[in-house]
Amino acid sequence: MTKQKRMKYSEFKERNRKSGGYLLKKIVMKYAVSICRFVLLFGMCFLILQPILNKISISFMTESDLYNPIVTSIPEHFTTENYLLAAKLMSYSKALFNSFVVSLTIALLQISMCTLVGYGFARFEFPFKKFWFACVMLVILIPPQTISGSLHLHFRFFDILGIFKTLTGDTINLRGSKLPYYLMSAGCMGLKNGLYIYMIRQFFRNIPKELEEAAYVDGCGTLKTFIRIMLPDAKPILTSCFLFAFVWQWTDGFYSKMFLGNTNLVSTSLSRIVDSLGAWIQRETGATVTISVAYSNCILATGTLMIIVPLILLYLFAQKGFVESLSSSGIKM
Amino acid sequence: MKKQKNKLAGLQKRKALSGYLFIAPFIIGFLVFMVQPFFQSLYMSFCDVQVGAGSFTPIWLGLDNYIRAFRIDPEFSRLLVEEISRMALYSLAIMVFSFFVALILNQKFKGRALVRAVFFLPVILSSGVILGLESENSVMAAMNVAIEETAQGISITGALESILTTAGVGTRAYESVFEVIDNIYDVAISSGIQIIIFLSGLQTISTSMYEAADIEGCTKWESLWKITFPMLSSLFLVNWIYTVIDFCMRSDNEVIDKITEITVDQINYGYGSALSWIYFVVVMVIVGISSLIISRRVYYYD
Repeated sequence: MTKQKRMKYSEFKERNRKSGGYLLKKIVMKYAVSICRFVLLFGMCFLILQPILNKISISFMTESDLYNPIVTSIPEHFTTENYLLAAKLMSYSKALFNSFVVSLTIALLQISMCTLVGYGFARFEFPFKKFWFACVMLVILIPPQTISGSLHLHFRFFDILGIFKTLTGDTINLRGSKLPYYLMSAGCMGLKNGLYIYMIRQFFRNIPKELEEAAYVDGCGTLKTFIRIMLPDAKPILTSCFLFAFVWQWTDGFYSKMFLGNTNLVSTSLSRIVDSLGAWIQRETGATVTISVAYSNCILATGTLMIIVPLILLYLFAQKGFVESLSSSGIKM
Repeated sequence: MKKQKNKLAGLQKRKALSGYLFIAPFIIGFLVFMVQPFFQSLYMSFCDVQVGAGSFTPIWLGLDNYIRAFRIDPEFSRLLVEEISRMALYSLAIMVFSFFVALILNQKFKGRALVRAVFFLPVILSSGVILGLESENSVMAAMNVAIEETAQGISITGALESILTTAGVGTRAYESVFEVIDNIYDVAISSGIQIIIFLSGLQTISTSMYEAADIEGCTKWESLWKITFPMLSSLFLVNWIYTVIDFCMRSDNEVIDKITEITVDQINYGYGSALSWIYFVVVMVIVGISSLIISRRVYYYD
């Protein structure tokens, strides 16, 4: 064994001498690069994961641990009380169910509409196509906050061409109901829908045209071609867009606060959790107590963990759908 | 001959019609939920909107709201300048960071899938409400400080910073660079999508180019600038626009906070629309000018 090793070593030495030291230099460089890369990536991954790890350790601490200067990351008195309290404050199971239903239906609606529109832009020639596509770009660029004020009023005094006003003498108040948001999603105006249209269009443009032409020659109609030929091919991009729509809807605060304020969703109940903690303590003790910042933040961290756990599970199972399909689709200008 | 031409026109017409049918949802949605509120909010920004029971009445004010935003409101112009300068700095940092990370993640090494998954995690976890809440959490900040203290004050960046500032040359530039380095977490969590876009671009560059350059005696460093950079230049444009827009709509943006506060809490629709229009126009101008500059340098291979 040792003899073999020695032989290998002498052989390497010989080769290195012949190449003028190049071989040794190359091997040293290779290892140096991979060590540097490991250190860098480890550091950056830790940077990204650290807040989550911190939240996990804080969420198991009792209130006294939070003030204990010796305890930093491992709780002294291990407790699951925080989880129970946070679940109670957010009415967790109900909010979870509501969020799940809303995110799922909204994402499905948005993606099916965006697929239609994206396909239309990718494959058909019609007058004013450039103009409409510029409108899609505009939708991506306009922050929803710009028009939020007038959207408020739009739905507060909702009316279609004055029909309701003449029938009942009054406009309909749609604020607080879920309908406006579903209508907006059906019209591709929901959260980041312009982006989905853009991505889906890019994907369809890369599929060879011959596939479709063959279907047309065989006597397949436009809609049938779209459903039978194009949709199965577009599966990867559709799954990744769907996952994004679902996740972003899950954590969205802006549209949820504006349109779905009455529905108990995880995102809105999380942003209210500190206030509801105060109200709860007041109810329990019967006196106004100022809650300590540390404790309310601990509950907040626990609540945050509880709403991202479903997302982490989703990500673990569908990681390929998120990353790989996007990076292989080749987004280009 | 004539008949055939007619037939072709008919087919084109049919295609155009079905094209319009496909994009019909977008057109309707755009007209109802975008154009109408868009112009309404433009109109409202010149008005004082009074909301009563059952109706709302805008009263024409002229430019009063805009004058108020710049000359009377004590906060707005300061917040606007702060956010814009922060945006310029961070967008640049995000571009550099994501390009660099994409270059590393495109190499082959063990555990690449895991690292990619970790880098993409913030796109999912730090969106929407969570991002806004994270910045307010002081227990987490205290914990970070505690962890830093256990490192016994060994801070390479701190030492570097003190050395460079005592040199006294270009102090302001160093300060902004170190500000970014101190907030590298913010940069890292908001560059997930950009990394993916760069990665997808890197995978489309054919390896034969690098091989040819290698045979010609090109070093890795040179081929980075002569091959990778031009081939990705169109993606720089995409990423730049995405980054700027994303930064403008983040929920921890102070200008957006102020606009939401005025519109939702104080129910002052007129002034709120004026503020959001100012913000929108400023951002559009920045996006327009910067993408014009970048698009001049974009290199198209085919």
